[in-house]
Amino acid sequence: MFLSVSLYIALAIFGLSLIYKMSTWFRYKIGIKSMEIPTSRRFFAATKGIFLTMLSPKILTLLEIFILDVLLQLRILREDFLRWLMHICIYGGFILLLLMHALDKYITVALFDKYFSTVNPFMFLRDLFGVMVIIGVAIAIYRRFILKVPRLMTNAMDLYTIVLVAVIMLSGIFLEGTKIASYTDYKRMVDEYSGLSDPQELKALESYWVKEFGVVSPHIKAPFDEKLIEQGRELHESSCAECHSKPQWAFTGYGVAKTIGPIALVIDKAYLPSVLWYIHVLACMVGLAYLPFSKMFHIFASGLSLLANAVMERGKSDPANVATRQAVELDACTHCGTCSLRCSVSVAFDEIRNINILPSEKIASIRALASNKRLSPEQLRDIQEGVYLCTNCYRCTVVCPVGINLQDLWFNIRETLLQNGYPELLVLSPLSFYRGLMREETVLKDYQRPLIRAREAIAAECELMRTKEKALPLTPKDRKFHDGLNLSAQAKTFSVCFGCQTCTTVCPVVANYENPQEALGLLPHQVMHACGLGIRDLAFGSNMLWDCLTCYQCQEQCPQGVYVTDVLYELKNLAVKQLREKALR
Amino acid sequence: MNFSFFLGCTIPARLNQYESSSRAVLEKLGVGLVDIREFNCCGYPLRNIDFRVFLFSSARNLALSEKRNLNVMALCKCCYGSLKKADYLLKEDASLRREVNATLEKEDLRYEGGIDVKHLLQVLHQEVGMAAIQEKVERPFKGLRIATHYGCHALRPSPIVQFDDPVAPSLFDQLVEVTGAESIGWSMKLDCCGAPLWGVNDELSMDLTVKKLANGRASGADYVCAACSYCQIQFDKVQRMILSQRSVDHALPSILYPQLLGLSMGIRGESLGLKMNEIPISDIEKLLMEPVTLPTS
Repeated sequence: MFLSVSLYIALAIFGLSLIYKMSTWFRYKIGIKSMEIPTSRRFFAATKGIFLTMLSPKILTLLEIFILDVLLQLRILREDFLRWLMHICIYGGFILLLLMHALDKYITVALFDKYFSTVNPFMFLRDLFGVMVIIGVAIAIYRRFILKVPRLMTNAMDLYTIVLVAVIMLSGIFLEGTKIASYTDYKRMVDEYSGLSDPQELKALESYWVKEFGVVSPHIKAPFDEKLIEQGRELHESSCAECHSKPQWAFTGYGVAKTIGPIALVIDKAYLPSVLWYIHVLACMVGLAYLPFSKMFHIFASGLSLLANAVMERGKSDPANVATRQAVELDACTHCGTCSLRCSVSVAFDEIRNINILPSEKIASIRALASNKRLSPEQLRDIQEGVYLCTNCYRCTVVCPVGINLQDLWFNIRETLLQNGYPELLVLSPLSFYRGLMREETVLKDYQRPLIRAREAIAAECELMRTKEKALPLTPKDRKFHDGLNLSAQAKTFSVCFGCQTCTTVCPVVANYENPQEALGLLPHQVMHACGLGIRDLAFGSNMLWDCLTCYQCQEQCPQGVYVTDVLYELKNLAVKQLREKALR
Repeated sequence: MNFSFFLGCTIPARLNQYESSSRAVLEKLGVGLVDIREFNCCGYPLRNIDFRVFLFSSARNLALSEKRNLNVMALCKCCYGSLKKADYLLKEDASLRREVNATLEKEDLRYEGGIDVKHLLQVLHQEVGMAAIQEKVERPFKGLRIATHYGCHALRPSPIVQFDDPVAPSLFDQLVEVTGAESIGWSMKLDCCGAPLWGVNDELSMDLTVKKLANGRASGADYVCAACSYCQIQFDKVQRMILSQRSVDHALPSILYPQLLGLSMGIRGESLGLKMNEIPISDIEKLLMEPVTLPTS
């Protein structure tokens, strides 16, 4: 009764949640291009796409990916054997337990007419599958909490998942163990199945079970009478053995039964087997009901992501389907951390403590953005910085075990945030090279906007640049700024500049303009001079800084040994730092 | 002769032919390559943002290579310049090294400055040697005029990179000429390709690229030859984008040095990824001479 009621409630919650979650696949909008596409069009495009793919030769690709990557998970194996073993153990063991043990009334009974949960091979296999899952969970705990893989983050959802699986498995094993030792359960089985009533026979059978099978009886203890045991063995074979294999085959439960032996009677009297049964069933039902909102939802979404990415092509696939796929991908992420381990710039996280630099952590932020969750300005700023601090090396996409096209996700989110968020100074670095190459994939009329906004944000901080007529003090005005140019040892050399203008003369950027001061503001030698005078506004506010090629002509030619290019680098660092701090205030 | 093979971020993602052609050529020349999967970004694009992030990124790569006792070979000149700069600073400044190592130690890494950073061209010129390369050139080019592009971050700042004479370099010219091609004289040979500003200030970047390529063409070059991922993409993909935006009459196609050398060594075009260049370069194969066959006695 309890089982059926809880199952139906859990199934109902699961079903409704599933429908809700699947609706987000068609509703969530990621990136500018998806904004215009209505949900209905995405739904029909997906239906049509799936149907057409099924009828095309691509079905063979799908089949191949389904076997190799979804079932055998070779993508994880390619990454790391230990992780593959962990996942195969958990997923294989759990699925087999689900089919053979949890759904035995529907599946196992239908397939095997001699099925009893207490006979072999079923009794043994149940424990074997359980051990598989436990080994998997143990590896997961080892990896996340003992091995301490650098930059592998563990969040509340990872913890929930590990705890839930561990509770289901351990409650199951302890339930089995306490039942093996339980005198109540023994009596129940004798009453229901043996058909014995003679007290002598009952005593013989009980003695045999106590001696051989770990039952703890309040009446019978060692030493045993040899004859009684022999009689018990015969009774066992005629009345019990057909439906009950030796409990030793349920090796984990039997181990528990032997361990708790001395207190088994107390445990039995306290109805602990029933309590464990409720815990076991409830944990399973909670897991089922909450599944669509938990990390476990990847069971559905990851397979879909792998299959969709195997048959979809950049530029060729319907944008409506790309939008839908990207929403599925957010659910497909298992937070395994592979992307962050392989990410080319994740090391930057050691210096810039913004968690959104790590690809695996960006996903949660993008999920929050896609679901229109209210985010603080700081959070938005961090997400924007995180998605831009990326060299677009595609490694995350290549290694993702569930085949998420992470690179495309970053690109889409990046464009949306750049157009609407804070002015992002990172766009003025070579990180923008990729955006330049992809300019045809951006909304062209808005392509320049983030670049202009970044420069405007800097200019807004440099009051003095806007004053045409100005009198400048000849002693360092801003001592702090003047003395602060020391991140790298080279930067201090600006002080020996004697204004010969060689740097400006050899600069190819200066040479490109008829009226360089109009386009660039201060020219290289003037920037050096501004540093000497400690005039922050003039040093930061010049376009020269951000239009520097870093070709090192100026530095190479300087007769005074001023590290001109390195000074410019340093000024850029300081400007980024100051604007960042200001944005956070 | 073994090196750890530093590909950086751009080559595996957008310039596979640079990797495949380099591997093909180096294999024939007996240079062993060790791939280190844990390598990260060299730090170059992060230099504008944060000096410390740049330094730490480079240092981690150096430490990974030192752990295996291997010199690093970079293909990209921006990677080369960054690794060189970090290597220089860490070798010079013991307190900086201590600081960086304190962070590296979290991953059981440290850098003591026991290795060197080389660029592909340096390895070919200095380690393999011109004579050994000459021996392997089976099909020299005839009548091919190449505008050799050195790349800023290989040449400058010269005290740090120590690649070649920064004013009158000849290393790359010699390597081009060993293939039978002529390395032409052109006034903008040592100038920047424009790539550092692509995506930041496209107009300025295009101005510089257009000027440089026009200078190469006017000086009689059939192709420009690069040995850097940023320069090559600028001369190939970006040049193609420029052609559609500005009224430039015809292109100066760009070939990667290991593609050029590979062809003259008799390596097939497919292995060198010739077809992967966006501005076609396959015509260059027509300028190869027939294989030199030794007279049989």
